Amino acid sequence: MSEIIATALKILFFVLVFVFSTAALLTWVERKQSALMQDRVGANRAKIFGLRLWGLFHIIADSLKMFLKEDFRPQGAEKLLFLLAPGISMFFAIAAFAAIPFADVLVVGGTAHVMQIAALDVGILYVFATMSMAVYGVVLGAWASNNNYSLMGGLRASAQMISYEVGIGVSIIGVLLVFQTVNLQEIVRAQGALLGGWLPKWGILYQPIGFLLFFTTGLAETKRIPFDAPEGESEIIGYHVEFTSMRFGVYFLTDLIETVLIACITVTLFLGGWQVPYLTAAGFEFPWGVSLALSNLTVTVLQFLGFSLKVAVLLWFMMLIRWTLPRFRYDQVMALGWKILLPLALLNIFVTAAIILFV
Amino acid sequence: MNVHDKYKPLTFWERTYLPRIWDGLVLTMRHFFFNLWHFFLASIGVQREWKGAVTYQYPEVRRPIWPRLRTLHRLTKREDGTPRCVACMMCETVCPAKCIYIVAGERPEKQIEKYPLQFDIDLGKCVFCGYCVEACPEDAIRMDTGILEFAAYGRNGMLLTKEMLLSFVPKKEHYTARPDLEARPAPAPRLSEA
Ligand code: SF4
Ligand code: SF4
Repeated sequence: MSEIIATALKILFFVLVFVFSTAALLTWVERKQSALMQDRVGANRAKIFGLRLWGLFHIIADSLKMFLKEDFRPQGAEKLLFLLAPGISMFFAIAAFAAIPFADVLVVGGTAHVMQIAALDVGILYVFATMSMAVYGVVLGAWASNNNYSLMGGLRASAQMISYEVGIGVSIIGVLLVFQTVNLQEIVRAQGALLGGWLPKWGILYQPIGFLLFFTTGLAETKRIPFDAPEGESEIIGYHVEFTSMRFGVYFLTDLIETVLIACITVTLFLGGWQVPYLTAAGFEFPWGVSLALSNLTVTVLQFLGFSLKVAVLLWFMMLIRWTLPRFRYDQVMALGWKILLPLALLNIFVTAAIILFV
Repeated sequence: MNVHDKYKPLTFWERTYLPRIWDGLVLTMRHFFFNLWHFFLASIGVQREWKGAVTYQYPEVRRPIWPRLRTLHRLTKREDGTPRCVACMMCETVCPAKCIYIVAGERPEKQIEKYPLQFDIDLGKCVFCGYCVEACPEDAIRMDTGILEFAAYGRNGMLLTKEMLLSFVPKKEHYTARPDLEARPAPAPRLSEA
């Protein structure tokens, strides 16, 4: 029974609070950051009682707008699928968060709780399984809108997503070889070790190429610039061209949630997950001999903060990329995925395996 | 950049794109941090303005407009307050959008025979070409009100009547935002004003 309550609390905290508020905040970050990068001021019109708070209320204004807009359904659209498709996309994006560890163990009343919604042994496999289901939401939505253009857009989107699914899967095998496990919590714990007594043993040190490949394919998975050929619903007719109001809003939010997801997985696999350098279960232990004992609760909070900070930095970087690079042409997307990223990822596996085997 | 540069074969590093992508990221990153720092200074009151931001905060701060900019039309008046327009239909004829409707009335005086009974401009069709201003022999129609906001909820709201056109005044304040232009010697008065 207490297990169920603990899981419910973890879901409430991590998915509903952390993931959703980060995704909602991203709509604001995106507008504000792009403004700063392009010498503009950015959204700052929405105000409550004269308070503007740098345009933070635009999050509320945007969602209100989404709810109040006309909910349009094209003639001959498949009713049920048209209703469900955005939800399918979002469901699988959220479900993937179950296996992401966001801190180590928290001891409450003598029982140790792993700070991970589902402590799965197959962690990373589960994440990839759910992530690859997201394509159904896209292609079903495109088909259900009874519009040939959006169907083409959906096919384009699913071709891209599936191609990069291959690349993303292959690019992490190097990490799995290094840490010899597919359990995400174990992978993060292994990254806490110190190399030469001072350098945190993060995945990126062992797999720099793997990191680049994973990050690039991950960007393509989220269907964002420079890989947003499926997205441009107004200029190149994407899969959600017939979706209006909150139906579109759900697709839009799904993209942002997927962005958070990719950031979380990258942090978990390559940037030490919740590991804060020199922070062990007992407190800080610096390599120069100083140590500071901390309670279990403080350590857990610090670990979660470390995790959030890394995710935030990565999200900032993804936004930076998004507002810097132009969109890839569709054939370039395919050529990059199949002819460059996939062979490089395979090569990375061979080299990693050879080093592990012979060194 | 030289125009012919794009026909040069790319070097190896350019073909990998990665250094170039990095250069671009550094450029945008530099703008980001520069503006973030000045945004921070402005929000704690150290700085009054946003350095780097080129945006005008529209309803509060208006962008100075060029004196020659064509804004909403108006009809000028004589000293006695009667419309200068003599209902000659020049503007109606020249208007490429056919959006001026004039109904002429007769005046008792002999020097000026006609005046507009009705003078409507349908802004929903007007393309702001300014031909009406150019065609007018009496300098009776001008586009110097400085009014740029005339959105309406329906087509009826886009109709300018003679009374409205006569009530508009030239907006000098909009022009004063360019002191360099104000300082210039005033142009010689037009013939009809003299
Ligand atoms: S500005 Fe051009 S289109 Fe508009 S009323 Fe004058 S002549 Fe017609
Ligand atoms: S051209 Fe001038 S005088 Fe003639 S009708 Fe038009 S506004 Fe009146």
